[in-house]
Amino acid sequence: MSADGMTPWRLLRGTLVIMVAVFLLAPLAVVVIISFSSAPFLQFPPPGFSLRWYGVLFSTPAWTNALWVSVQLMVPSSIAATVLGTAASYGLVRGRVPGARLITACLMLPIIVPGMITAAALFGIYRGLGLNGTLTGLIIGHTVLHIPYVVAVVSSALRVQDVQLEQAAATLGAPPWATFRHITLPLIMPAVMSSLLIAMILSFDELIVSLFVSSARVRPVAVQMWSNLLGDFDPTIAAIASVCFLFALLVMAADLALRPGRTLRIG
Amino acid sequence: MRAVDGRIWLILPAVSLLAVAFLVPVGWLLSRAFTFPEPGLQNFALLWERPVYMRVMMNTLIISAIVTPVTVLLAFPVAHLMAHGSARLRRWLVFLVLVPFWTSLLVRAFATAILLQRHGVINSFLIGFGLVEEPLPLLYNMTGLLAGCVQVLLPFVIFPLYSSMARIDPGYMRAAATLGAPPVRAFLRVYLPLTLPGLVTGATLVFISTLGYYIIPALLGGARQQMIAQLIQDQIAAFGNWGVAGALSLVLLAITGAMVALLHVTVGLKEIAR
Repeated sequence: MSADGMTPWRLLRGTLVIMVAVFLLAPLAVVVIISFSSAPFLQFPPPGFSLRWYGVLFSTPAWTNALWVSVQLMVPSSIAATVLGTAASYGLVRGRVPGARLITACLMLPIIVPGMITAAALFGIYRGLGLNGTLTGLIIGHTVLHIPYVVAVVSSALRVQDVQLEQAAATLGAPPWATFRHITLPLIMPAVMSSLLIAMILSFDELIVSLFVSSARVRPVAVQMWSNLLGDFDPTIAAIASVCFLFALLVMAADLALRPGRTLRIG
Repeated sequence: MRAVDGRIWLILPAVSLLAVAFLVPVGWLLSRAFTFPEPGLQNFALLWERPVYMRVMMNTLIISAIVTPVTVLLAFPVAHLMAHGSARLRRWLVFLVLVPFWTSLLVRAFATAILLQRHGVINSFLIGFGLVEEPLPLLYNMTGLLAGCVQVLLPFVIFPLYSSMARIDPGYMRAAATLGAPPVRAFLRVYLPLTLPGLVTGATLVFISTLGYYIIPALLGGARQQMIAQLIQDQIAAFGNWGVAGALSLVLLAITGAMVALLHVTVGLKEIAR
């Protein structure tokens, strides 16, 4: 077999990869460029450049309120999901829980069940509880939606950790909490922080549950974007999309910094 | 040390929240199928009888069945280059896939719409180069829907496929070549079967994700490409018809569950977790 025999295949592979690269990145690049447009419509290439749409974005109460609601929703729900998910992972991986595999599988359900079903179900139950249109209702929904990601990331970090370190601490007389606090937690900290970042970005981007549970008064960014997209929209939507994209890049960079060498373990 | 230890209580908060804010609501929604507006199976009879419902359910299956192979075919060369290219190239490709992976689905769907719209980038390009006279209809139809789904779901195939490919011992392909197998034959008989765990995992993820999609068909598809999730939303928001919404949810969940079970049987969930 000569290397020449493979050349057409290599060429085909290279061409396809470039096509996929363009397909994945070009739309995002176009949105970022359009967000700096001076034209009042989504024209590409823009006739000129300006910051007017960012000006509109940060001076329109509907958008600034939505950003504030998103932050008020993202911070508590991602922290709650991380704390509850980390505690559950520690219990499930180390606690000899009967039926641990079944419980883990159940905790994964919010990922597998289509978002529309969860959203409709929460909306239906919330009606009787007066939780629709409240921040509390949104926070509960986002927490339960994002616990599975925390459990997946933190459990796998706990499984690769050496149990003997914890056993040694316990043998030397450390109470369980001290063992967790001084041995386990520092070892799994990168995974915990990484899952916090995942929960944050997922909450910021979440649309379907928010669409059902939010109201005109309590409306996160994703819902505000959605309602704009269904109506007449101008480059403000490209500006907010670019802000979301920048936020995603920052979170991604922070996550990569947390896990050197673990970059490829996502799938 | 055999006894259950105190750490078991740590799972309680997460499990209680899951029960109260997920299992109970979803169970309640599904039970509406049998109880709303009155006890019986009339909602399932409606799904069967009304052509609209049947058409949307078939649509959803057909769209998922088209999106899955297209996504796998496009993901394959990327994962292959990632697994067998140079370390430098791998870093670039990982970056290429991670960026959209972390970016909001809504932002990506909107970006795709900008590209595909009547006077969008692709049409301007095609007209500019004299390839077409009139702008092509790329949005609010099957083309737009497929482009959006494939765009969003590519990373979900590339990553598992890559992790299967990276574990393949290059010695196998050399052995096949030494034993006289032409490259194509060695690829089909030796390489491809070894990628199957990643391929099946990725394909299943794409299939079940597409089944439940709402944002992409609503934003990029047309009225004729309506999917189950849109119908569920419609039934609740427009008609307050919790019975039909519950029945549709049950159908959607049953198909999703069957696919996950199939994946469990063929690949094993343990393998996926690796």
